[in-house]
Amino acid sequence: MNEEITSLIREDGLRLDGRGLHELRPISMRTGVLDRADGSCYLTWGNNKIICAVYGPRELHPKHLAQPDKAIVRVEYRLATFSVGERKSPAPRRREYELSKILTESINNVLFLEKFPNGTIDLFITVLDADGGTRCAALTAASLGLADAGIPMRGIVTGCAVGKVDGKIVVDLSDIEDKEGKGDMPVAMIFNTGELTLLQCDGTFTPEEVEEGLKLSKTAIGQIYQMQRKALLAKYSQIEEHLDELDEEEE
Amino acid sequence: MTILVTRNQLVIPGEILARGSEIKAGGGVFRKKVNNETEIYASMIGLAQIRKNRVGIVPLEGCYIPLEGDIVIGKITRVGITSWNVDIRGPYVGSLRVGNVIERDFDALRESLDRILQVGDIIKAQITYFDRMRDPVLTLQGRGLRKINNGRLIEVDPVKIPRIIGKKGSMIQLLKNMTNTQIIIGQNGRIIIVTNNLEIENLVERAIRKIVAEAHTSGLTDRIREFLEKEKMELSYKK
Repeated sequence: MNEEITSLIREDGLRLDGRGLHELRPISMRTGVLDRADGSCYLTWGNNKIICAVYGPRELHPKHLAQPDKAIVRVEYRLATFSVGERKSPAPRRREYELSKILTESINNVLFLEKFPNGTIDLFITVLDADGGTRCAALTAASLGLADAGIPMRGIVTGCAVGKVDGKIVVDLSDIEDKEGKGDMPVAMIFNTGELTLLQCDGTFTPEEVEEGLKLSKTAIGQIYQMQRKALLAKYSQIEEHLDELDEEEE
Repeated sequence: MTILVTRNQLVIPGEILARGSEIKAGGGVFRKKVNNETEIYASMIGLAQIRKNRVGIVPLEGCYIPLEGDIVIGKITRVGITSWNVDIRGPYVGSLRVGNVIERDFDALRESLDRILQVGDIIKAQITYFDRMRDPVLTLQGRGLRKINNGRLIEVDPVKIPRIIGKKGSMIQLLKNMTNTQIIIGQNGRIIIVTNNLEIENLVERAIRKIVAEAHTSGLTDRIREFLEKEKMELSYKK
């Protein structure tokens, strides 16, 4: 019964899920969702569902890992057993170790770690549902969690993947486009300053395509950054609105 | 010199606050040189503060960073031979040495420290020494510093403590006077309410939670006064 996929772009020029070439999937995010964690974020990005908990800065155990001049960052990226097509073993696999590592490195340079010598900042990222582009989504969620925990940082990190599908550069790959497409290039940056914190590339791109991809990803990251900003401030503006209503009632 | 934010504007990390080399950086911000010009950015979520040519942030989220001289409410987590370890809700464990607790000489061979303070005891202590090299050192010698035996312990965000105290202690005085309770505040975000009336205790806790939730708004003291008056009326009706 399996029909072979012949093209990832429909005849009307849209992608399989009905998006335009440069269109993002619907994204929603909320901070402060976990009571026990110092900071947290729940993010849905298309069919991806990611929850991130941040603890710290706190005392580091085991002590031999401590660095006397700065804190360390530990990221644990995990796929839930039910997050992928076929049940995944709960033990971390190669992919999870890799993602934990690249997320750590991407976050490392954004935080002012020298303020907390001997300490640690722990991030636990669990992917509840995976549908392509989880590393960028995880990074987006992680930086919201860090900001929610009040850890001093140079800026909010935002991630978005671009890729090559049927010879065209598209933004925000879904799972099938990631697997069947010709290339995948996750990009993450601090939008305000344009500094890149993550750039990976799978597949073959010509120099022009890389340039185009970077340009497209910057536009997409700008849109996502505005959502992040709104999500972070939502907690406070809601209370303000509520107070305004009260004032009006009294008048 | 240009300041790009207004007073009390909500900002998030990485947002630019000001441009120009003569601007001084307050708390919660960092400087960066861009094209030979100094720019000041926020490093936390908070409210922008502008005073003359100093720009800073009053953070709305954050952990407790120990400061010398702070009064904290700690919990004993370990009893050692000549010192205790105290959880002060910060990134570092406080250490309380026996010499800073009792005045007489202490002989570790004959006595044991858990006769003075045990694991789980709550203390009001002061930080006497802290730097990047050493963990915070606490003392129990000073006015009002002691082991705390009764009251309700609540935990709030440490960054909200200045709001609970208020300008020159206005908010905390209001709470104490209107409810006739004893309130002990630790800079590390722990508060102890002492009263023998359960309903008043609940009321004070609700008032504190309200202050924390609305910490970033103005005119808070007046609202809390109204809140307390209303709730107290309801309490007296019930009786």
